[in-house]
Amino acid sequence: MPNYSFRVNGKTVTVDSWDPDQPLLYVLRNTLGLHGAKFGCGMAQCGACTVLLDGGAARSCVTPIRHAAGRSVTTIEGLGTPENPNAVQAAFIAEQAAQCGYCTNGMIMAAQALLDRNPHPTLEQVKSALEGNLCRCGTHTRILNAVMRAARA
Amino acid sequence: MVVSFAIGRQALAQARAAHTVDSFLAIHQDGSVTIFTSHVDIGTGISTVFRQVAAEELDIPVERFTVIEGDTATTPDHGGTGGSTGVPRGAADIRQAAATARRALLELAARRMNRRASDLTIEAGEIQASDGAAGVSIASLIGGKRFDLAVDPKAPLKQPSEYRIVGQPVLRADVPFKCTGRHVYLQDFSVPGMLHGRVVRPPTLGGELVSYDETAIRAIPDIKVIRIGNFLGVVAADEWAAIRAARELKVVWKDSRDLPGSDDLERYLRESPAADQVVVNRGDASGALSGAPKKFSAAYYWPFQSHASLGPSCAIADVTDAGITVWSASQGAFGLRAHLANVFGVAPENVRVIYMDGSGSYGTNGAEDAAADAVLLSRAARRPVRVQWMRQDEHGWDPKGPVQLLDVRASVDAAGNIAAWETEMWLPGGPPGERALAGPELAGMKQGHGQGAGLMTMNADPPYRAAHVRVVAHNLRETPLRLSNLRAPGKIANVFAVEGFTDELAAAARVDAVEYRRRSLDDPRALAVLDRAASMIGWRARPSPNPDAAQGNFRVGRGIAYLRYKQAENYCALAMEVAVERSTGRITVRRIACAHDCGLIMNPDGLRNQVEGNIMHTLSRALHEEVRFDQSKVISVDWVTYPVLRFPEAPPVEIALINRPDQPPYGAGEAASAPVAAALANAVFDATGIRLRRVPFAAERMKTMLARA
Repeated sequence: MPNYSFRVNGKTVTVDSWDPDQPLLYVLRNTLGLHGAKFGCGMAQCGACTVLLDGGAARSCVTPIRHAAGRSVTTIEGLGTPENPNAVQAAFIAEQAAQCGYCTNGMIMAAQALLDRNPHPTLEQVKSALEGNLCRCGTHTRILNAVMRAARA
Repeated sequence: MVVSFAIGRQALAQARAAHTVDSFLAIHQDGSVTIFTSHVDIGTGISTVFRQVAAEELDIPVERFTVIEGDTATTPDHGGTGGSTGVPRGAADIRQAAATARRALLELAARRMNRRASDLTIEAGEIQASDGAAGVSIASLIGGKRFDLAVDPKAPLKQPSEYRIVGQPVLRADVPFKCTGRHVYLQDFSVPGMLHGRVVRPPTLGGELVSYDETAIRAIPDIKVIRIGNFLGVVAADEWAAIRAARELKVVWKDSRDLPGSDDLERYLRESPAADQVVVNRGDASGALSGAPKKFSAAYYWPFQSHASLGPSCAIADVTDAGITVWSASQGAFGLRAHLANVFGVAPENVRVIYMDGSGSYGTNGAEDAAADAVLLSRAARRPVRVQWMRQDEHGWDPKGPVQLLDVRASVDAAGNIAAWETEMWLPGGPPGERALAGPELAGMKQGHGQGAGLMTMNADPPYRAAHVRVVAHNLRETPLRLSNLRAPGKIANVFAVEGFTDELAAAARVDAVEYRRRSLDDPRALAVLDRAASMIGWRARPSPNPDAAQGNFRVGRGIAYLRYKQAENYCALAMEVAVERSTGRITVRRIACAHDCGLIMNPDGLRNQVEGNIMHTLSRALHEEVRFDQSKVISVDWVTYPVLRFPEAPPVEIALINRPDQPPYGAGEAASAPVAAALANAVFDATGIRLRRVPFAAERMKTMLARA
């Protein structure tokens, strides 16, 4: 069976996949046990599966595993822990910016990608960066507050 | 996580005796406390409120509490999640159990310490005497032991003036885990030996399976195809294998073609056989109306809508000869247990439903159907099976918030106030009882076809002083799509009609919209939220439409709506400022201001989160959402064809939470949804002079109406 090597949260891993087009999302969740990235649509329409691929936001549900080979993946688990959240995560926690929390992975990863390239965005820039991330519970207000809070930190 | 199926007799007895202290609370030897409840926290933060009320009554620090939810083997059945009952019922039950426990603990300590119970206090889990004599910890008194007491409905409760925990913005325990990818959702869970399953659904809702051919999927490893009647599924050890097999299996279906389609539902509703229900009948509305020199009338329409949960429904089932275990995110674990027991012919005591957090639901989404799919596949495969619905499954097959049509008629007095009012509504329906589950239906299993959509007819009468009011509902005997009790069922559309029509009467009388409402309301709590929302939005009194609406290509205006939820619960007023772009018809909400009074506030941060959520969720429904279907199937099956609110449209929301500690607490899961669409339509009227009476307020429709005006 072909295998693929890449870095995940700073560690090199090698995974088997019978299908070179298996989405990275399922490799992360089922092979590597990293469940932070979520399945929402499988069609890059909702953002729930967002990870960082070589530092940029990527939809892991449409990223084939062969595409990740040799590259660097960061998942939400790699940003911080409940005891030691990173700045973006800490801002979300301080703002209690979650209801069901299913969109939270995508929101935090997209926010991290934005702040990594634009540390002091305007509110409009944040809204634009999160346009591809959906939230059904209506937590938009708090999510925006959290990202702006992280940007000020 | 204990996977074992053995249910101890004690746990079963515990589950049945819903009114004992031990069914709700277990105090452990280390001083920590577990709360057991059937009210599941699907993201509302209600489990934090449960910790708060128990901590308050017991004077044990709130950090020492954890909550076990929705496990039919270990938690009492005191109702499922829904109907805004988490605070008034769920928390009230837990609070009473904690108060009963407190009194028992003080009596135990009094004997141990040779003092009167009335001389003892509790601080941080330690019972102390007022004279400084050596105290005793609650943990040493009862830790690991049972109270063996019935909950006493008269056990004394703390007064709001004594509260130190209730009313505080205690932080949620789950949020740090959700923000760091460590929270284990149902979708993240697995059990040993589990297979991944996918259902291969017919392209039409009533399709029949003719044949299938496995040749195309032979290269996919370790696949098993399972067929039961028209139900077709695949299971595999590898999830991606199950997904590809389900997608690539060649199947021949016979299509169904018996739906009216979503484009002409108004006619379908008016012409279908229905049973009439008089909901409100005060005075003689039809008499007064027929005699009135001037009558107003309008029709309002709300389409079928979907939960469209962000994470499609998921379930794990383990079917053995001993019975069925299901892990589910259903809002009603006990209801699901009874439902599955009934449909699958298994005794309820041999069915265990274990709640785990899924993606948010707001009534009933595909959770129960996914559970039934998993049971079908596990039973056939003789292995535990996890079924994950795909995006098209959730949009296409979840039960739907009902379509509603309302005709409203009124006459006014000399001052323009309401004299007589009639609301006539048409609702899809069906028999009472459990709704049919999608998988068992395809499998040809015998089951009921109930259509429960919740309390649909409330708030269809105006909250304003009026001598003659009549509300009649035409309850259709059938529905083209299965129905769900989607958030604030019926009441959003009813308030859309009532508050829209009230606004129309105010405009006809050339009276300011706030003033028109104020002068016909007596309840000070109603006036308080109305005035507060108006003040927050910067309301300047004048009739609508706005004489100064023009701002270049935009028309700007403001609108307001008020209700008392279910005419007996939360008071809520919501005002909006909008800008309508004439060239595109796009409605931009510039600001929202909401005043909300739900009596005693349990947790102001959790409450604010809920009110914000209600507003944004319903804004999405009002601007964008409509289930579209043709004669055979739902055709709005992804986020392109079922568009929802996106961040660039999210307005700033200002919320005033009015706390009334002397009043009973109401739940806040739904009420603030109800005025959103009406406030938006009223603001659009103020901006453009055009009445929107049909949801969603899509840009193309607005543009057409602007061009015609």
